[in-house]
Amino acid sequence: MSWLSANVGRVLASTGTHLQLALPPVLVGLVLAIPLGALANRSGAARAVLVPGAGILYTIPSLALFVVLPGILGTRILDPVNVVVALSIYAVALLVRSVADALAAVPWHVMAAATAMGYRPLRRFLAVELPLAVPVLVAGLRVVTVTSISLVSVGALIGVGGLGDLFTEGFQRDIPVEIVTGIGCTLVLAVLADALLLLAGRILTPWSRVGPGAGRPA
Amino acid sequence: MIEFRGVSKRFPDGTLAVDHLDLVADSGKITILVGPSGCGKTTSLRMVNRMVEPTDGTVLVNDADVMTADPAVLRRGIGYVIQQAGLFPHRTVLDNVATVPLLERWSRRRARARAAELMELVGLPATMAKRYPAQLSGGQQQRVGVARALAADPPVLLMDEPFSAVDPVVRQGLQDELLRLQSGLGKTILFVTHDIDEAIKLGDAVAVMRAGGVLAQYDTPATLLANPADDFVASFVGRDRGYRSLGFLPAAGLGLREVPTVALGSPAATARRAAVDGWVLVVDGRRRPVGWLPDEALDRAETVTADRLVAGGSLYEWAAGTGEGPAAGTGEGPTGSLRGALDAALSSPAGLGVAVDGQGAVVGAVTAGDVLTALADARRDGVVPG
Repeated sequence: MSWLSANVGRVLASTGTHLQLALPPVLVGLVLAIPLGALANRSGAARAVLVPGAGILYTIPSLALFVVLPGILGTRILDPVNVVVALSIYAVALLVRSVADALAAVPWHVMAAATAMGYRPLRRFLAVELPLAVPVLVAGLRVVTVTSISLVSVGALIGVGGLGDLFTEGFQRDIPVEIVTGIGCTLVLAVLADALLLLAGRILTPWSRVGPGAGRPA
Repeated sequence: MIEFRGVSKRFPDGTLAVDHLDLVADSGKITILVGPSGCGKTTSLRMVNRMVEPTDGTVLVNDADVMTADPAVLRRGIGYVIQQAGLFPHRTVLDNVATVPLLERWSRRRARARAAELMELVGLPATMAKRYPAQLSGGQQQRVGVARALAADPPVLLMDEPFSAVDPVVRQGLQDELLRLQSGLGKTILFVTHDIDEAIKLGDAVAVMRAGGVLAQYDTPATLLANPADDFVASFVGRDRGYRSLGFLPAAGLGLREVPTVALGSPAATARRAAVDGWVLVVDGRRRPVGWLPDEALDRAETVTADRLVAGGSLYEWAAGTGEGPAAGTGEGPTGSLRGALDAALSSPAGLGVAVDGQGAVVGAVTAGDVLTALADARRDGVVPG
C-alpha cells in the first residue's frame, strides 16, 4: 500500500495517458465506420467486401500491428501514434459491421415515408436514418470502447505508457500492489466508459424506451 | 388532376408491373386503385411521386410531367400516407406532423402551430402532441399519418393501403373520417387498397387492376357493381355485388308501413292487443326502439319489461340518415339506401325493418318485399342500370 500512496501522481498520469491513447481511436473509428457502414448497408457488393474485410483486419494480433505500423507509417517504433492508428483500425473493423447492422434495423417503411415526405438523401440519412440507428450503434460503440481501453495495455510492451506500464513494471520489480493497481484502474476505466456510453445512449433516445401502451389513455 | 398516359413499369428483373396504364384521376375526387396483390396498383401510385420511375409513358400531376421536377420538391407538394403510418419513431407526434413544413423551411414556431391545427382537424387531442408514435394505438398513428400528409396543404394526396393494418372497427372509423375530411378539403386523392368494400365506400371512381398491371375497368362504384366489364371484375367485386349495389340506390321510392308499437312498462294486455302476427315493437319514452316482443313472452306477465325482449335488427335511417352512397345525409325524406332498408328488414326478428328519424324515433317499418318492389320500380324507371 505504501507504493500506492507514494505513486498517486504517477497512477493518475498513467490513467490520463491511457485515456488519451484509448479514446481517440474510438472516435476516429466511428467517423470512418459511419460512411463505410452506410455504404455496406446500401449495396450488397460493398457489404460482401467491407464486412468480411473488417473481420479479417480484426484478427491481426495487436502486438504485430504495433510493430509493423512504424514501417508503414514512417513513425518511430515508440511513437504513441502507432497505438492510436492500430486501435483505430480495430475500432473501424468492429464498427463497420455495427453501423451496417444498425442502419439495416431501421424499418423500411419509415425510410420510404421519409423519402416520400421530400427528404433529400443526405438529410434523410442525418435526420432520420442515423438517429434511428443510435440504439444498435451504441451497443457496438460500448464493445469497441471497452476493447480499446483493454488493448492500450498491450502497448506497454512496446513502451508507450498508460496503465499497462504499471503491471509490466510491477512484474519486473515484484510489486504486487502496482500490478493490482494497473489492472484495477483499467477495469474501472472500462466500466466507467461503458456506463457513460449507456447513459448517453439513453439520453439520446428517449423514444426507444416507450412501448405500446405506455402512457396511452385507458 | 393526376394523369397516367400510356405508363408502363418494367423492373430490372424483367417483371412487367404496370402495362400501358391510361387513367385520369379527377381533381377534388377520391380515385381508388384496387386489385389483387401483384396487380401493380402500388407501383402505379409510387410513380406519381417518383418513388418508382416509369419505364415508358408519362405521369402528369396538374398537367406537369413529374419527371421534369426535382423529386424532393415534387414530393413535398404531394401528401403521402403509407400502411403502418411510417411515422418517425424518434420524433414526437407534433414534430412528425410538422415534417414537411420544416423541410419547406417554415419557422419552427409556424410549423408547430400548423401541426397543432392539423392534429385538431384529424381528431387527435392536443395532449398527444408530446407523445412518441409507439405510445399511440394503430388508429391514432394512422391519424397522425394523415395529418402529416396534409401539413403543407398539398393539392394531391397519395394513400397506400393506409387503413389495412388496423382492426375492422377502427378502419371503418378512419374511412368515415377520411370522407368527412375530404368533404371539407376537396383534395385530389389517389388511394390504393386490395379491399373492394373499401374501394366502393370511399371511391368517387374505382380503377380495378388485374395481375400484370393491366387496367380491367375504370368506373364509378355503382357502375362497377352493376356492370362489371368482364368475369375478372365480376369475381373481384364479389358474390354479394347485387346486394352491395343496393347501397347506391336511394330509398326515395320506398313507402313506409305502420309498425305496431307499445311503450316499455305498458300493461301486457295493451301489448297483446297491439301485436300483429305475434310481434310488437317496444319503444322507450321518446319512441326510440328498445326491442321486439313476441306475444308468447307475455304469458303470465303483468307488464312489458325489458328482459322479455328479443333484440332488434339494424335500424334503417329514414331521415337525416348516414347511409352510404350518393343520397347519404342530405335533406328531408328518405335518405338511406335500399341496402340499409333491406338489411333492417332481413335482420329484424319480426321481418319488419324499423325506420327511424334523425333523433332515432320510430317512424314506420319496411319489409323485404317492400324493398324488392321498390327495386323493381327503380329498374322499370331506368334508375338502375342494366
